[in-house]
Amino acid sequence: MHALPRPIQLLLALLLLLMAAYPLFGAMLAGEQHDFFLQQLTSIMILAIVALGLDLLVGVSGMVSLASAAFFGMAGYALVLFAPEYAALSIWIALPLCLGVSALAALLMGVLIIRTSGIFFIMVTIAFSQMLYYLFHDASFAGGSDGAYLFMKPEVAIAGVQLLDLENRTTLFYVVLASLGLLFVLLRTFLRAPFGRVLLGIKENEQRVRAMGFNPLFYKLAAFVIAGTIAGYAGMLSATQYGFVSPGQLSWQMSAHILVMVILGGMGSLFGPILGAFAFEGLHHWFASLTPHWELPMGVVVIAMVLLLPRGIAGLLLQLAQRESSKTTQAPLAGTIKQEAEQ
Amino acid sequence: MELSTILIQTLNGLQYGLLLFLIASGLTLIFGIMHIINLAHGALYMVGAYLMYWLSGLVDNFFLAILLAVPLAALLGVLIERFLIQALYRREHLDQVLMTFGLIMVIDSLRSIVWGNDVHSVAIPAVLSGSIQLTETLDYPLYRLFISAVCAAIALAMYLVLQRSRLGMIIRGGSSNREMVQCLGIDIRLIYTLVFAAGAALTAFAGMIAAPVSSVYPGMGNQILIIAFVVVVIGGLGSIRGAFLGALLVGLTATWGAVLVPQYAGMAVYVLMAVVLLFKPRGLFA
Repeated sequence: MHALPRPIQLLLALLLLLMAAYPLFGAMLAGEQHDFFLQQLTSIMILAIVALGLDLLVGVSGMVSLASAAFFGMAGYALVLFAPEYAALSIWIALPLCLGVSALAALLMGVLIIRTSGIFFIMVTIAFSQMLYYLFHDASFAGGSDGAYLFMKPEVAIAGVQLLDLENRTTLFYVVLASLGLLFVLLRTFLRAPFGRVLLGIKENEQRVRAMGFNPLFYKLAAFVIAGTIAGYAGMLSATQYGFVSPGQLSWQMSAHILVMVILGGMGSLFGPILGAFAFEGLHHWFASLTPHWELPMGVVVIAMVLLLPRGIAGLLLQLAQRESSKTTQAPLAGTIKQEAEQ
Repeated sequence: MELSTILIQTLNGLQYGLLLFLIASGLTLIFGIMHIINLAHGALYMVGAYLMYWLSGLVDNFFLAILLAVPLAALLGVLIERFLIQALYRREHLDQVLMTFGLIMVIDSLRSIVWGNDVHSVAIPAVLSGSIQLTETLDYPLYRLFISAVCAAIALAMYLVLQRSRLGMIIRGGSSNREMVQCLGIDIRLIYTLVFAAGAALTAFAGMIAAPVSSVYPGMGNQILIIAFVVVVIGGLGSIRGAFLGALLVGLTATWGAVLVPQYAGMAVYVLMAVVLLFKPRGLFA
């Protein structure tokens, strides 16, 4: 994964700057709706984190998983069920707990399904996440279909000194923004390392990777667990934000929405899924403001996207950036992301 | 537990399993022959049930309503295949997942616009509304036996068409070697349309005859889709035989799960799937 084209670097930096500055000028711009926007932006960024993790599977290693919401939801439930009712749970317990639960769930599921591929893999991920959905839907210990509440947000403190107040919306916004940015940088570095190259190789040609002496199953399982853990981290953030978890968060439809974000944004590019999360949720809110049947235009958008924009927003941007930078070399337009992935 | 309860629950389980077979066989057929994963398969089941609710109210006759609804469902299948699925034959599974998910959203919201979000019921036809005396103290609803019999008959017919007829030979040929079948002068695209329409009609038909038992409600399609996935995963992708065995196993597990562990009934079939995958990672008949 080589450096992004200059214009895209600039664009991403600009977007990051805009987001970072939002709490400063948001109140002026949005007035009374500022709080609502702040909350929405925070939750979109949380979804973007899940999408980023899913891109590692779908875009990088070629595994189409529809289970991301299951790990997202499980981590949220772990936090809510483990937190004492009248005291805040320390983040130093909450964080390893949530990451551990989602990682373990991903490992167990992964061991069972990692040998399968293609349609079978897709179906099994759907089926297992539905199993977890029913676990929390039917179980009385988790509040059943009503969901469960988190009364106190995790406390971030060292030796009794509070470092961050997660009850504060602006603070949470910055925590989520920083998480998203760091994760993006981390994953890009990770993909440049040998480990990431093997994953990219698996998508291109699994046989060849095996012939080179790498065990693709191990790498695929590792990617599956990493993506699950990332989803778990996001799940913890989401439960912290809303103080509420429900079985619906584990549903495969939720996973499908995340998958749409990844593809709409442009898979395999890592920055694409982030844009995709904003685009999807933006459309969602816009359509929902127009009609109660927002799923109709959204469904049409999804179908149109598959037919007309298979490389997503990132593909489009990379295409434009490439055309700008090399008007003479005439790079093949269709292969932009693939080229990037190979380099 | 009394013997009569065991008998009744087993009959219920078999009935549910046979119904699941109609849905899962369409799914596995479409995959086996066209290499397409169709998430909207469950939505077509739901459409079948709503068509039944609408038409049986309109013509006031259960059987006439089915007679009218099945061609409508098949036509819907033809339209979906011609306008959407055909663009996917040379694309990745990922694109198929996304497009058919988009299709679910479209079908779901059209259903909500046309028929609303309420739960509806469909009356059992008078001829089938009685019960059959199994033993002295035990009777069993005739309509459930009717479902089992119809599903079993369709399963048998499907076996005969696929294994014994010329059309079945072409379909089987098309699934193993598309180019060769085309070289023999057969229009494979027509075959694909036919298979997809048949799959759509089968699952919609399942929705129609299930409607009096399960009632008609918005989420029914997505719920049955995942159960059908479990059936196909257990049976092995693309195998009709596997789908049949898997459907019966899942039907019995779901029914008995609800009796024995009511608190975790929803999970029972998934545990079954996990156990099967542990020993047969590609399903029983892959």
